Amino acid sequence: MKPTNERRIETRIETTSMDALMVRLFDTIEESNMAWVIAADQALRHTFGPVLIDLVPSYTTLLVHYDCQQVNHTEALQLINKALSGLTPVDTQAGELHDIPVWYDESVGPELPLVAERAGISVDELIKQHCNHDYCVFALGFAPGYGFMGLVDEALATPRLKTPRRNVAAGSVGIADRQTAIYPLPSPGGWNILGRTNVPLFEHAKRGQPLFRPGDKVRFRAISRAEFEAGGGDTTPMEERP
Amino acid sequence: MSQVAMHQVQQGLMVKQTGPLALIQDAGRFGVGHLGVTQGGAADWISFRWANWLLGNALNSAALEIVMGGGLSFETESEVRLALAGADLDAQLNGKPLAPNSSFKLLPGQRLVFRQPRHGLRAYLAFPGGLNAPEVLGSRSCTAREQLGGLHEDGRPLKAGDRLTWKGSAPAVRRIAEGQGPRMPISGCHLPIVLGSQIASFNGRTLFQAFNQPWKVDNRADRMGVRLTGPALRGSLTGIISEGIPLGAVQVPPDGQPIVLMNDRQTIGGYPRLGALTPMACATLAQCLPGTEVWLTPVSASQAQDDYRQQLTAWHSR
Repeated sequence: MKPTNERRIETRIETTSMDALMVRLFDTIEESNMAWVIAADQALRHTFGPVLIDLVPSYTTLLVHYDCQQVNHTEALQLINKALSGLTPVDTQAGELHDIPVWYDESVGPELPLVAERAGISVDELIKQHCNHDYCVFALGFAPGYGFMGLVDEALATPRLKTPRRNVAAGSVGIADRQTAIYPLPSPGGWNILGRTNVPLFEHAKRGQPLFRPGDKVRFRAISRAEFEAGGGDTTPMEERP
Repeated sequence: MSQVAMHQVQQGLMVKQTGPLALIQDAGRFGVGHLGVTQGGAADWISFRWANWLLGNALNSAALEIVMGGGLSFETESEVRLALAGADLDAQLNGKPLAPNSSFKLLPGQRLVFRQPRHGLRAYLAFPGGLNAPEVLGSRSCTAREQLGGLHEDGRPLKAGDRLTWKGSAPAVRRIAEGQGPRMPISGCHLPIVLGSQIASFNGRTLFQAFNQPWKVDNRADRMGVRLTGPALRGSLTGIISEGIPLGAVQVPPDGQPIVLMNDRQTIGGYPRLGALTPMACATLAQCLPGTEVWLTPVSASQAQDDYRQQLTAWHSR
């Protein structure tokens, strides 16, 4: 689907901290937001140049952290207005499509039965459905290289675990509500874990080159234990992890 | 390259015993928030800068952030001048008390010990020219949760047996003038906060309470966030669509008890916020022991920036 210019955006700029302003483009999560968010990201980076300290895009917003030794609050507002005037959405087809191999197995994906049961389908059907969609990367956050992706089919949507796990293994692929994601690093977490990938997301992020960028698409592909192990995957069951 | 390498061979500071937490920190990681990488950096950046200033270092040179003390001790392999700023952690040099906010000479055979907090929570120990540590994503700051930075490039805090080396050899000997330098917070201190847009979603009565009575610093406090306890803040929002989180953001989860998000915060998050503490207020809060009472005091972004620029001149005008 090629984005059109017909959708209007009404930008709001909000004070967020001493030296950060929030650019709010939308109020709801839609895949079609990304063409605008990415366009705004590019325009803000270009216009702020060395005045920019950090720019954190998310589902509906961009947080602009600027250097207040170079520009003051009012000048920063003017720079944002300049960057966003006449903004047109980017072509989201330009985002990369990533093929992510996943070993879906209860030993490394303990919530496979739970999510399948809630959806009223078999585990095999759940795996098929989870693989049968190109998920949009909405934002990076939570951990280096962690991509928030969606939107998961409503039937598969499952709320976070009541008690988060103390240690979710690196590579774990999970679902929370209508989102799906991969844990790049071992960390506490409350997502419903379906399987594990051997793709080293953290190593990419550590080099400053995350595998996923907002606007990219991700397609999961079920692989066997043998393929997972051959690709360097760690088969230690989730429960046995410290 | 040889000069730095030679110093590494000649001199070192050995960690003899660890305390609760000691981390290599510099100013932090910038320009990487969009990768999901946290900012990190010295939590009390003002004391950190004073520590470096005392030795004539570049102000953001890598130094040690020492929390609590708790028996952390060092011995040196060769004579070295170090600088200490920030909290008074009852530091002793061979059993003799060391005044914070000054530099001192450490000789082989002497032992440097950090015992327990007397004023403040975090002390900064600076080294000639700054500590040697691998740079990851533009910083030497150590973030355990992200396995980034530090001595071994894996985010691990300092442990017994670690050997610290530094870049320089001839530090300046500077003294902080009377009335200048870091001030440790006392109960009843004010934390300037720039109010944010979600302020309008909070219930009026609880909002009044937020700014008209003190909050207590909870013991659930670390480099990610500091929880404040007091009357529960209520509002129309329980969660928002996740968005970028600036330093000092005061987020209010469903239990109504605010959490101030500090240097190691997640880059995006979904709780409504009152606003964000200024960087100076964050430095103050980083030194508050649990039980300290603090007031949230609204300030405009412009005023906060003026105060910030004023603070930065402290190190330029000498």
